[in-house]
Amino acid sequence: MNKARQNPLNTAAMHGALILYTLIALFPVFVIIINSFKTRRSIFREPLALPDAESFSLIGYQTVMKQGDFFLYFQNSLIVTVVSLAFVLLFGAMAAFALSEYKFKGNTLMGLYLALGIMIPIRIGTVAILEMMVATGLVNTLWALILVYTAQGLPLAVFILSEFMRQVSDDLKNAGRVDGLSEYTIFFRLVLPLVRPAMATVAVFNMIPIWNDLWFPLILAPAEETKTLTLGSQVFIGQFVTDWNAVLSALSMAILPVLVLYVIFSRQLIRGITSGAVK
Amino acid sequence: MQTRRIRWHIAVFLAPAVLVYTAVMIFPLFNTLRLALFTEVDQTRIYVGLQNFRTLFFDPIWSEQFWNALGNNFWFFLIHMLVQNPIGIALAALLSHPRLRFAALYRSAIFIPTILSFVIVGFAWKLILSPLWGIAPSMLDAVGLKSLFAPWLGKEEYALTTLALVSVWQFVGIPMMLIYAALLSIPEEILEAGEIDGITGASAFWKIKLPLIIPSIGIISILTFVGNFNAFDLIYVSQGALAGPDFSTDILGTFMYRTFFGFQLQLGDPHMGSAIAGAMFAIILIGVCIYLFGIQTRMRRYQL
Repeated sequence: MNKARQNPLNTAAMHGALILYTLIALFPVFVIIINSFKTRRSIFREPLALPDAESFSLIGYQTVMKQGDFFLYFQNSLIVTVVSLAFVLLFGAMAAFALSEYKFKGNTLMGLYLALGIMIPIRIGTVAILEMMVATGLVNTLWALILVYTAQGLPLAVFILSEFMRQVSDDLKNAGRVDGLSEYTIFFRLVLPLVRPAMATVAVFNMIPIWNDLWFPLILAPAEETKTLTLGSQVFIGQFVTDWNAVLSALSMAILPVLVLYVIFSRQLIRGITSGAVK
Repeated sequence: MQTRRIRWHIAVFLAPAVLVYTAVMIFPLFNTLRLALFTEVDQTRIYVGLQNFRTLFFDPIWSEQFWNALGNNFWFFLIHMLVQNPIGIALAALLSHPRLRFAALYRSAIFIPTILSFVIVGFAWKLILSPLWGIAPSMLDAVGLKSLFAPWLGKEEYALTTLALVSVWQFVGIPMMLIYAALLSIPEEILEAGEIDGITGASAFWKIKLPLIIPSIGIISILTFVGNFNAFDLIYVSQGALAGPDFSTDILGTFMYRTFFGFQLQLGDPHMGSAIAGAMFAIILIGVCIYLFGIQTRMRRYQL
């Protein structure tokens, strides 16, 4: 161990800088959540104080529950996110397997074609996407969102998963072929279980942008029955902009599910990023 | 060679992904570019060639808005490059320090804003910066800087910069994580070799680590570029589709939304919207090409 690297003054300065930035990162979230539990008067009088016996109030949450259909929005978001992720993973893994396992004419070209979407945002095509969804009658259905998010997630999924599938041993697959397994069985039974960590990484990368997207719900599915949580809270807050209790409570309720997901998956997410899956 | 059987399973494996991707992403992308060449007269579509682009770039009513949005978008991007990425790199450098305690805790906490939706971020900051609620002014007052306070989001000269900084606050986690990963992959032997030559601490960062992570800095720059020129949500949530005050926070995303979807009394025009999308596509493509051919190929990659 070298002494030059362990100067206590340096360590303190490093912790100081990190603590300062952590406070900056968490402060707004903290202020929103504590004030959502307070009466209107104490929100304004002492915005930085924790709620106590006197200032505690759930009035904002009551308004939100009465006025907004947050349960429905939450359900829509959940359906869209889960189904899109399932498609991204299944279709992405299948395509990645075809590209990494077999030699065929146009393999490289197909890989490049699928990789185009990594850099080009799908939003550019919104006008034609809307036109197509109107023509097929999918507008204001959750399917419109699911299709868009599936297409949006596929390029990176194929790219990451085919990198990982190249590392699966050929011996294993060939042993399966000698035993007379079909290519489909080899893929589903032998290869998929082995790339599960990579699938988890892809899932976590896609989950947050899908859950948080505002653009496509706003354009493709703005109807009351198909609003996602993100769009629903945006509209709700826009309507109740002067009711601070309701706004703060709605914000806190929108923060909660993402925070829970993050706590569950943060290890996977951070491992995914740091293992170089996106290099 | 024997006649080969057609290997149907390859097609089966590729089909779902290729179909969905082509139908929902690639085809609409080109269809949008095609739509930009049309206009609508009496509910029939007529081909007008590049007329929409001429209107967009040269007709004063449109071009003023377009160049304003483009200029604002570049300013938005510049602030991200000058503030977000250096802070991200600095945080990553601190976090990757060996034997730093609580590194995982700091890392997870600093990443939290990145996972929140724009709706939460936009409104939360709007409330905090609001002169009505007074959190920002009273905090400035506590450090004796109350005179610096202004209703930043309501002033033309500050609103865009303020929103860019809010966006920086939200996304600083991404460069931090990517640079952190790059720093961790630097082999210990290289740093030890530097130590023997007396290069430690800050100079080790500038002289050894920074040159090694330049490829990752290139990647975060292009990610920032694409993300910024495609941004919409934060501006829409906090300033609405009109990107007020007086279009001072208008960027290409909000401009396109307003044009093709319509707002208040103006009817939506999908063809002009497509033309704006076409311009955004060109800008992103130019950026990506500059990165791929101009920067990435010239960057020295060190074999680690």
